[in-house]
Amino acid sequence: MIRHFYRAMSPSVPLQEMIRAIRSARTQCEERGVIQRECAAIRAQFRQTDNGGRSHNLAKLLYVHMLGYPAHFGQMECVRMIGSSRYSEKRVGYLGAMMLLDEKQDASLLITNSIKNDLSHSNQHVQSLALCTLACMGSAEMSRDLAPEINRLLRSSNSYIKKKAALCAVHIVRKVQDLGELFVPSAHSLLSEKNHGVLHGTVVLITELCERSPGALERFRKTVPDLVQIMKGLVISGYSPDHDVAGVSDPFLQVRILRLLRILGRNNEAASDAMNDLLAQVATNTDSTKTVGNAVLYETVLTVLDIKSESGLRVLAVNILGRFLLNNDRNIRYIAMTSLQKIVATDHNAVQRHRGTIVDCLKDQDASVKRRALELSLALVSASNIRSMMKELLIFLSSCPPELRAQAASGIFNAGERYAPSQRWHIDTILHVLTTAGGDVRDETVPNLIQLITNTSELHCYTVHKLYRALLTDISQQPLVQVACWCIGEYGDLLLKGECQETEAVQVTEDDVLDALEIVLQSHMSTPTTRGFALTATMKLSTRITDNVDRIRSIVSIYGSCIDVELQQRAVEYNALFKKYDHMRAAVLERMPVIQKNSLGQTNGEVSEETIKETQLAKVRQDETPQQPAGQVCDLLDLLGGSQEPLQPSSLLGDPALTQPTTALTSAGGDLLDLLGGLEPSPLTPAPTVTVYEKNGVTLTLSCEQQSDSGLTITLTASNSTDSDISNFTLQAAVPKSVQLQMRSPSRDSLPARGAAKLTQLVVLNNPNKVNLKMRIRVSYTSQGSVIQDTVQVDSFPGLSAAGL
Amino acid sequence: YASLYFCCAIEEQDNELITLEVIHRFVELLDKYFGSVCELDIIFNFEKAYFILDEFLMGGEIQDTSKKSVLKAIEQADLLQEEDESPRSVLEEMGLA
Repeated sequence: MIRHFYRAMSPSVPLQEMIRAIRSARTQCEERGVIQRECAAIRAQFRQTDNGGRSHNLAKLLYVHMLGYPAHFGQMECVRMIGSSRYSEKRVGYLGAMMLLDEKQDASLLITNSIKNDLSHSNQHVQSLALCTLACMGSAEMSRDLAPEINRLLRSSNSYIKKKAALCAVHIVRKVQDLGELFVPSAHSLLSEKNHGVLHGTVVLITELCERSPGALERFRKTVPDLVQIMKGLVISGYSPDHDVAGVSDPFLQVRILRLLRILGRNNEAASDAMNDLLAQVATNTDSTKTVGNAVLYETVLTVLDIKSESGLRVLAVNILGRFLLNNDRNIRYIAMTSLQKIVATDHNAVQRHRGTIVDCLKDQDASVKRRALELSLALVSASNIRSMMKELLIFLSSCPPELRAQAASGIFNAGERYAPSQRWHIDTILHVLTTAGGDVRDETVPNLIQLITNTSELHCYTVHKLYRALLTDISQQPLVQVACWCIGEYGDLLLKGECQETEAVQVTEDDVLDALEIVLQSHMSTPTTRGFALTATMKLSTRITDNVDRIRSIVSIYGSCIDVELQQRAVEYNALFKKYDHMRAAVLERMPVIQKNSLGQTNGEVSEETIKETQLAKVRQDETPQQPAGQVCDLLDLLGGSQEPLQPSSLLGDPALTQPTTALTSAGGDLLDLLGGLEPSPLTPAPTVTVYEKNGVTLTLSCEQQSDSGLTITLTASNSTDSDISNFTLQAAVPKSVQLQMRSPSRDSLPARGAAKLTQLVVLNNPNKVNLKMRIRVSYTSQGSVIQDTVQVDSFPGLSAAGL
Repeated sequence: YASLYFCCAIEEQDNELITLEVIHRFVELLDKYFGSVCELDIIFNFEKAYFILDEFLMGGEIQDTSKKSVLKAIEQADLLQEEDESPRSVLEEMGLA
């Protein structure tokens, strides 16, 4: 039993008095005064050569240093004290060296010799001081100088010294990688030590050597059986009082060995096999009720996931992480999520099983846990769980800490873009995000949303009604207000019509609409960009309303003298449109064509609005050549060229790069609308169908209906005649270059067994050049756990004349 | 830990849970040495706290996983220091130094 040394070893009275004096200072100024006086006294004492209280003096200086005051004048005193023959002085001297000296100080070189001498001192405690100091602040120079000495000490018979020498060697290797070679033989022989301290230091040293040298790694791989033996001894052995921590035998050593095994087993089948059983044993036998057991389990899991382990063992590891997720201790939940994040890409299905728990962690109090849960939840979103996941994510967004909002919002947008089950859902989701976290979304959100809305022609009425209502409630969220203004400007006529299929109708008068826009224009909350949107929208309404055109004229002319240059320019131009170019007004302000995603992706809302405005105000423009889609997409369209580029996954909203290119802005706007209008999803007609794919119980049939001179609607129908459900069913299609293709959302993404329900998907084609129509369809689905992909080519379409479209 | 707070910096590949155990072990050592350690013990005897730390960790790694072994080493070092100082302190007590 250790004696209470507080009394036995006399406390440094001078030191304690000084500490008391400093602590009793009531203000910063007073404290500085005390410190200055004390430092002056210390300096005076340093100058005296023969001094009994030298160690107390230096200790005082170290305390002052800890408080943050300058103490560099004590460096030479440290050097002197280290050279003293008295242990008490050496002890404080070395402590001072560790606190005040580092590589950058010249004085540090002066102690190398003292350290060298002390390393061979007759007293092990003096040796220990030297070793400790070298391991703490030893420079590369010192390390090179003293490495042979350390190596000699590694072979000492004294365990106390050996264990310290091993850790000193670790520091040397970290400082000067090449010196590692020197220690390899000693490290190898130390593995047979029984003393836990020495063993621990040795394992750390070997780990360091293996991490830095492939040669060492090769050599030490042969020690895997020995390491396994040592671990087994620790895990199976009975209670060992010296090293037991809450029922786990030497957890520190276990964790280090597991970490070394990880490095040795990485990318190596043989080594991984050799440790497989041991890892399974540790994973199952370790008590997980206390933190210490969980620490060992955690290291085991990290090792299992990093080496070439059997799949059974991997599943065991992921399950342990799953258990961690349910642990009451927040720390354990946190590290579980960190680990799951690392493997979510490779072991996706295994992690999916714990999705429920992870989503629950979104509601945890701790911000770090929330952040991890958010990252992991976003990684786990898939087509099958998008609806439920999005509900949870939106709830999270409304109450999440502000620093996470931007990340959550952009994550939600990405997920929505990739897996939206329907366009209405997509638009609803985006609107929800804009109303809850509108201030934290990225700039591209506004043009992206606008592009999405224009693409969804059947929902224009619904969208504009919804946005109008949102605008009436709150005009503080700028992105939302911008989109709302834009929509009201574009689709104001739909708003005024009053009837709407998807949502309850609201009677809106022209004055109501203009009032709303004016409020936005005048509000101090609106940014200049937003006001620009509102002004343009007001102008566009002049062609969509009948009675209040004069009101618009007056609004526009007021802003002709606005201070904001941007607004002024717009107002002046619109004024001109009213006065000199009134005959062109209708043409200029008509409905816009569908916007291409490529052109808007790179710019922010402000600039794209400019571009759109410019195209509007230009007079009759030539046909813009359709923008070349990305090279990859080009290749896949080149069916006649026959290149085998993999199809780009087409989003469920239809491949944007293949949508209608911007056509001339003539009064063809009307025709465009008709074309869009004419492509309503048509019910399954009894038109002739042909079976294009029949395999694994999956049948895909195709039927087509000519809509216009060059327009064609193809209906793909899939069904499943097997006894088990088929999931993740997706279709992708490619057509020759000059043909335009638009894929509508499929009716579902799974095929229930025994044909309980069918899946339909519409493909809209436009073949203006009347080329010979071919289509390549790729079918992809998961059946009974395996993913199947097939491609078929359709060369003839039923219901078309032999001469082709 | 009775108003004591500890902050430990580790690398990315280190095991966070075992680090908690390391901190716990250090507190146990301090506790055994000072007898129910509290903040003032460490403030007024900071150099001793450092000596204990230096006997427990070196270069950021554990030196010995046996609590008993570490405490024994500290005891021996303190004894050595005491022997070193004692002639002087006796004289001081007698008022002759």
